[in-house]
Amino acid sequence: MADGTSIAASGPLGGQTEKEAFLGFTRPQAIAFLVMVAFVLVSPFFLYPVFLMKILCFALFACAFNLLIGYVGLLSFGHAAYFGMGAYVTGYAAKAWGVPPELAILMGGAIGAALGLPFGWLAIRRAGIYFSMITLALAQMVYFFSLQAPFTGGEDGIQAIPRGTLFGIFDLTADLTMYWLVAAVFLAGFLLIHRIVHSPFGQVMKAIRDNEPRATSLGYRVEQYKLLAFVLSAALAGIAGGTKSLVFNIATLTDVHWTMSGEVVLMSLVGGLGTIFGPVVGAAVIVTMQNYLAEFGAWVLVIQGAIFIACVLAFRRGILGEIAHALRVKL
Amino acid sequence: MASAASDGPILETEGLTKEFRGFVAVADVALKVRRGTIHGLIGPNGAGKTTCFNLLTKFLPPTRGSIRYDGRDITGMKPAEVARLGLVRSFQISAVFPHLTVLENVRVALQRARGASFDFWRSESLLKSFDARAMELLDDVGLTGYAKLTAGELPYGRKRALEIATTLALEPQMLLLDEPTAGMTHEDVDRVIALVKRVAAGRTVLLVEHNLKVVAGLCDTITVLTRGRVLAEGDYAAVSANPEVQAAYLGTDPGVSGGH
Repeated sequence: MADGTSIAASGPLGGQTEKEAFLGFTRPQAIAFLVMVAFVLVSPFFLYPVFLMKILCFALFACAFNLLIGYVGLLSFGHAAYFGMGAYVTGYAAKAWGVPPELAILMGGAIGAALGLPFGWLAIRRAGIYFSMITLALAQMVYFFSLQAPFTGGEDGIQAIPRGTLFGIFDLTADLTMYWLVAAVFLAGFLLIHRIVHSPFGQVMKAIRDNEPRATSLGYRVEQYKLLAFVLSAALAGIAGGTKSLVFNIATLTDVHWTMSGEVVLMSLVGGLGTIFGPVVGAAVIVTMQNYLAEFGAWVLVIQGAIFIACVLAFRRGILGEIAHALRVKL
Repeated sequence: MASAASDGPILETEGLTKEFRGFVAVADVALKVRRGTIHGLIGPNGAGKTTCFNLLTKFLPPTRGSIRYDGRDITGMKPAEVARLGLVRSFQISAVFPHLTVLENVRVALQRARGASFDFWRSESLLKSFDARAMELLDDVGLTGYAKLTAGELPYGRKRALEIATTLALEPQMLLLDEPTAGMTHEDVDRVIALVKRVAAGRTVLLVEHNLKVVAGLCDTITVLTRGRVLAEGDYAAVSANPEVQAAYLGTDPGVSGGH
């Protein structure tokens, strides 16, 4: 993934010491985190909660994806499989079995991990574009499985998924109540990813991203580290998909379609690969665009394509990556 | 650095051969590296030095032949396993982790002492216990002042020093260095030679080199490769006096007296 890492290479830092603020964040990261939390807490009183929940679900999805590309250097082009299957399984469990929402979402994460294990195991045997192609091929298989399998509802998808009652206490039917659950899931996922990146495991992950043969020569069995990162990323993508299916009461083929895999690449790229906040900003930008440009119909894709090209040509580090570079900090 | 301890070879190959689609890069090489020595592997460009090196470190599988390290057959092992046995290599292109800090570069090697690091739920602050040892190693190679710098920003010669510090962090029994002075300025070459001499104490070093000046003052034994075969072996005086070596290597290479 020589190319991916060079884009992900947004780490500037000219010899300045990084002071930790809290939760292992550096000071600029801590400020960004507080701004983000403030926004998450205040925004539902000004903006439409369903729109915000959509942003948060995709933000978590993009962060999960970024864990692989930004910190291990693996470009998965099949993350829709974990996101979509998470949506199906959470939706089916909630609707057909009446599973409570907290458990249904966890089941979405579990199916993500369960798929990610064999898929990752196969894909990490190859590097670079071949890795991406294997993940895409496997995701296409999941798509056709979803089209044919009886429980997914084929073209109709699973509809009228009940949001249920959280812990048997909070009725999630009201959008604002549901919003707090989604916000909690997002923040927990975000903090988990931050911890993964800054754990002993994360150190090895980043070493592999930077120079895989060298990591091998230090005695690390790099395949095992890549596989664990892959499974973690797939599990979080499944949680994101499951949460989304509860928000919109629906799980459809759109969620497992390859364009969904493409969208998450776009979000991470626009926001900034290898930055912890970048994918969140990228998801917000793309979802907002899709919402406000919806009246242009198919032109949304053209505009998205133009943005993608602009990103690759003009600001390769992405929005947050460029800001971090300009300020010479890590975000 | 002459070897007092000559209790058999630490690394030994027999009939080591590597073919690439009919092209024989390394042919029937029998190499014996004695414990505690600095052994040089030299030869003109394309002689198969790097291929040989990659075979020894298991980064390439041999077509035929066997490799024994410290009394153990390692022919079928994977590179990470060989590294765990204490046979650690360097790379021709300076191999650092460019986006980690200089300190983290060394620490990621020290971290190996924990065994597998799959604990993604714990804070990296628990790695701080390795910081003192990492600083000692950086001190050893003259990088103390660079600890907080991102490794990618180091000048070339310093990257080599960092790589050696990282390698030493594993406390290897045997070091395999692939052209440690390639592409360096005079000043840097001298610094690295001094460094290699220093770290070789109590270890075995196998050094692939193009630059004869480097091996002359450094190596106890030199093996000369040409076209994948061993042409001569002995100390510098014996090897450089060998007419075949002069014809094959010295005669054709104008950079003998320190080409770099």
